[in-house]
Amino acid sequence: MATTTVSSAGSTSLSDKGTLGRYIRYNSGRWLLILGLFAFSVLMVAPLVWTISTSLRTPAQSFSLPPKWLPTDWAFENYSQVFEQIPFFREILNSFIVTISTVVGQLITASMAGYAFARLSFPGKNALFWLVMATLMIPLQATIIPVFILISRFGLSDTLASLILPALPTAFGTFLLRQYFMQIPKEFEEVALVDGANQFIIFLRVYLPLVAPGLAVLAVLAFNGTWNEFYRPLVFLITDTNFTIPLGLNDLKGYMMTGSISVVLAGVVLSLIPVVIVYLFGQRYLMEGIMMGGLKG
Amino acid sequence: MQATAVPAPKRSGPVAWLMQDTLTGMARRRALMGYLFVLPTILGIVIFTAGPVLASFGLSFFRWNVFRPPAFLGLENYVRMFNDGRVAVGFWNSARFVVMAISLQIIIALLLALALRQKMATWMRYYFRTAFLLPFLLSGAATGIVLAYMLHTEFGVVNYYLRMIGLPTVAWLNSSGTVLYTIVLVSLWQSVGFTMVIMMGGLSNISPEVLDAAEVDGARGWTWLWNIVLPMLSPTILFAAVIGVIGGLQIFDQPYVMTRGGPGDASRTVVMTLYETAFKNQEIGYASAIAVLLFIIIMIVTATQFILSKKWVFYN
Repeated sequence: MATTTVSSAGSTSLSDKGTLGRYIRYNSGRWLLILGLFAFSVLMVAPLVWTISTSLRTPAQSFSLPPKWLPTDWAFENYSQVFEQIPFFREILNSFIVTISTVVGQLITASMAGYAFARLSFPGKNALFWLVMATLMIPLQATIIPVFILISRFGLSDTLASLILPALPTAFGTFLLRQYFMQIPKEFEEVALVDGANQFIIFLRVYLPLVAPGLAVLAVLAFNGTWNEFYRPLVFLITDTNFTIPLGLNDLKGYMMTGSISVVLAGVVLSLIPVVIVYLFGQRYLMEGIMMGGLKG
Repeated sequence: MQATAVPAPKRSGPVAWLMQDTLTGMARRRALMGYLFVLPTILGIVIFTAGPVLASFGLSFFRWNVFRPPAFLGLENYVRMFNDGRVAVGFWNSARFVVMAISLQIIIALLLALALRQKMATWMRYYFRTAFLLPFLLSGAATGIVLAYMLHTEFGVVNYYLRMIGLPTVAWLNSSGTVLYTIVLVSLWQSVGFTMVIMMGGLSNISPEVLDAAEVDGARGWTWLWNIVLPMLSPTILFAAVIGVIGGLQIFDQPYVMTRGGPGDASRTVVMTLYETAFKNQEIGYASAIAVLLFIIIMIVTATQFILSKKWVFYN
């Protein structure tokens, strides 16, 4: 303690050049930090800016150096080219079908299971809950081969259902929503019971609206994760009209190897629009979900 | 004593048993609802996760190429795997990737999260947070595509600027000595914002009084970081390390899109080897053995992280 006092007293006397000097000293560190953050943010954003401006460049200009950071050509025909090179419209539709089905399906299965584990009592509940928790850490790679075999046995190879069906049960979602259900005071339920509502109505009308933030977290995470998924679609899908967007982009990159990269980057920009919109409206939920370990892992 | 003798209204059949208008009847209805509500999740997990994990173990003892019936091999797949240089390279590349990518990611994410605690205008904080998190919104495939163009040795933007400021250019993706570091940078660009958000979550759980009081008390700079922030944040760092390692050991999308594992096998990760063995060469049994080994390694590393954490993680 003594040393602390001495050193802080020492530093005060050294920098004792009036309040202005102190102000500058204190704030110059802060401004330096903000300058550093700003420089780093430029590095982080630059590839996205380059992607957007290059997606609007004419093919002849697409590899031009020095790079131009602002779109100058406004070559919107690159965007229509995406739809001519690959069945991109179909792929957008596929991505929406898979993503929305997965999101809605996960919301249904996870809210039901989360509610049951949090609020209902039945023999074997703890054992079943631990079964769910035990699968939380199982990596995709440990299951992908047997799931692939199952999918072919079900006759679902090369269908969108092969992506949706195995994604419906969600250990993470169940765990997440259970936490939200557990935070709701029991009094809500008792009031509804006195009013003569049955259990199912209580779940639907009383509990579900109260866990809306949890549902939003799960929805945003599932949307981003499914929309961007690459590995399972690569394994399960064969025909390009069944592809989702990330597979389509990989295809497009292959076709355009010697052609214009602007067209490929136009596809990348298009693929980003839905996730950016979801981010704008749901960033609070996305961050909350990330903090709870929702993506990756 | 008299009361028990009063006969309960007699109904029979399972419906009556369930619909009994008593507290027991209600408990039975709640239990039934519980089973119905967990059924989709439990059934799904058994079919698509728990069952397949066991099946992977089982398949790893067979030779099976889908077309001919499986043949039991015993441990032969495992013997072959431990002598297979390509599998070893895959594991080695993935391991090196994880060590570099996850440690860099945690350090930089922590510094960014701490920097964003400083006093600054709200719009500034909002801008920085968004800028750092934006790459995370891209798919791994899109990230691979964009950065492969930018890192192109001759026509890439990055090498152009290196040349401009008089530095030697780098063969980012076509030198076998460099390519894995490039993949680390790519993953850093994509995921550092994600890890930063995890760190911000951890910091927000520490009361600001504790953090700032220590600073006022004279703990500054490295002392403050080392003696105050790191111990308080250690559970969050462990958490980021665990999910980072589990995800990182399974990296596939970016190197697959950027290099297909090349040049040579220099950026071939273990999941790439697994993918090719299972779904290109149709060696289901052998690929299952690779999957089982990867699963065991992930479990061991995760368990080790938790055991070691007893020495450095501080729970208050």
